[in-house]
Amino acid sequence: MIVPTLDIRDLRLGFRTYEAYVEVLHGISLNIAPGERVALVGESGSGKSVTARIVLGLLQLLRSARISGSVVFEGRDLDRLSARERQRLRGTRMTMVFQDPTSSLNPVYRIGTQFHEVLRRTEPRINEHAARERAAQMLLEVSIDDPDRVFESYPFQLSGGMNQRVMIAMALANEPALLIADEPGTALDVTVQAQTLKLMRELVEHHHTSVLFISHNLGVVREFADRVYVIYKGRIVEQGPCASVFERPGHAYTRALMAAVPRITGGGLPDIGDEPRDFSQPLVVHESGGYA
Amino acid sequence: MTPTILIFVRRVGISCIVLLGVSMLIFAIARVIPGDPARIALGPSATAEQVAKLRAELRLDEPITTQYGHFLSELAQGDLGISLYTNRPVVVDIAQFLPATLELIFVAGAMMIVIGLPLGIASARWRGTWIDNAIRMIALLGVSAPSFVWAVILMLLFAYFLPLFPIAGRISDTFAIEQVTGFLFLDTLIAGNLAAFGNAAWHVILPAFALALSGIGQTARLTRANMVETYDKPYVEMARSYGVPDRRIANRYAFKPSLIPSLTIIGLDFAAMLGNAFLVEAVFAWPGLSRYGVSVILRKDLDAIVGTVLIISATFLIMNLIVDVLVTIINPRIRYSRTAS
Repeated sequence: MIVPTLDIRDLRLGFRTYEAYVEVLHGISLNIAPGERVALVGESGSGKSVTARIVLGLLQLLRSARISGSVVFEGRDLDRLSARERQRLRGTRMTMVFQDPTSSLNPVYRIGTQFHEVLRRTEPRINEHAARERAAQMLLEVSIDDPDRVFESYPFQLSGGMNQRVMIAMALANEPALLIADEPGTALDVTVQAQTLKLMRELVEHHHTSVLFISHNLGVVREFADRVYVIYKGRIVEQGPCASVFERPGHAYTRALMAAVPRITGGGLPDIGDEPRDFSQPLVVHESGGYA
Repeated sequence: MTPTILIFVRRVGISCIVLLGVSMLIFAIARVIPGDPARIALGPSATAEQVAKLRAELRLDEPITTQYGHFLSELAQGDLGISLYTNRPVVVDIAQFLPATLELIFVAGAMMIVIGLPLGIASARWRGTWIDNAIRMIALLGVSAPSFVWAVILMLLFAYFLPLFPIAGRISDTFAIEQVTGFLFLDTLIAGNLAAFGNAAWHVILPAFALALSGIGQTARLTRANMVETYDKPYVEMARSYGVPDRRIANRYAFKPSLIPSLTIIGLDFAAMLGNAFLVEAVFAWPGLSRYGVSVILRKDLDAIVGTVLIISATFLIMNLIVDVLVTIINPRIRYSRTAS
């Protein structure tokens, strides 16, 4: 049996506030096989990003967060790991690409310095020269052919698309098992976004990296992912192979989400046929060819 | 030319213009204050002829613009006139008193940096915990009382009740140090007298700390506030998601972007201490320029007032200049946007 890269079971998340306890995730189960690209799709506030941050172990640092259920990463239950061990996984075995590349890079350090920091995660003693060489190799992979200029630049001197490529190169530099992409490139314009996503797809295929791809953009998901989970208000409402879900959406919410994509052929914003109360229908699972 | 040098050159030019403006202003103000300098200098028993003679010597009867012209041509030769109070050239007076004050504020400024910044960083890194609360209390205490109050309290506590430090002065009388630069730290080293150097350092600690306390508090509070804001930035989350240790995030990735506003305040405080030093100098019998400045103002000693104020302004401007250069070094956005414009 293959050990899945990521196996989330019945994940619940709540926040304790002064007034009350608010549950945000109501039991999410999700898994990703080695080399598989899985998308988590849903609207803002549905719980996509918090799921990613729990996997990384960042949300666990918040004192108000209450988390239950299990997150097993490469056969290791993250809950049983100490904070230190979880930290050791971040940036080495699992990395993340963020929504807005330019504001996710530190404004007062050169790209070269920041790349060096990333490489030090797996090789703490790597020197400046070796780091440059390794980073230059990675930048070439993301089609940046003048790495030296980029290393000497500050993030504000590069375009958003360039910064996004740098981020992707950083994310893959340490050969992680899992790459989490949280709405990558949403802050970029559409053509640049499409380019960098294509690049990222080629790279993860090449490196055989598993990806948890978080997005609200169905078009992008269809291009990128093998399998898709649709999340609505902290529950998975539909899951299955991309093709199957897109062809035969079984859940009312998935149909609504797909109908909400504006089409260039006109007609303006479409009407959404299903009643919102149907959105709380039970989970629809597409079995064909999926990994279970 | 590198952007930093270009900015530096431009700022030096602007500073010279500001200094000229300050000289005009203080020149006029010193003469507008009521009271006849010649009469004050000569005392009530002087005759009207004596007063008139001194007024003529001081060119006080000429139009103010002519007086200012004379002042400028003398200034160009490095002459600031004669003090009526000490009867010596103002330049000599300043050379004697300025080093003591500079020594005091440099030590105080260093304390602001080495104590205030780390306190701010620690406070932000452990925000919401008892460490944060304790530091904020201390910082608030520091800013809430003026430096002369601290001077008296520190002197009572650590020089009188607990005689850890000397009560007053720059150095113990047992040391005779030849004056070369006027800076005791330098002169003792030139003389090769380490014991005297230690003694001078021991003397400066309490007054410098009293002077620095409010600056330490301000620096810590400002650094904390900026860093707490920086902690919410995506690039800090990115550093976290890459497993960069908390300590490294605090000291590097959250600190450096937050340093810029703190640095500006440190620079201003540093320069403002020149003026504030007066009461601390008075409490600790510190023979500095601030005390000299106040005595000459009380005696309406025109040349000395203008000279002292000019030197203080020049120091202020130099400090600002240094801070500006440091800020451009730390903040690449300023470095590149200013040259583009």
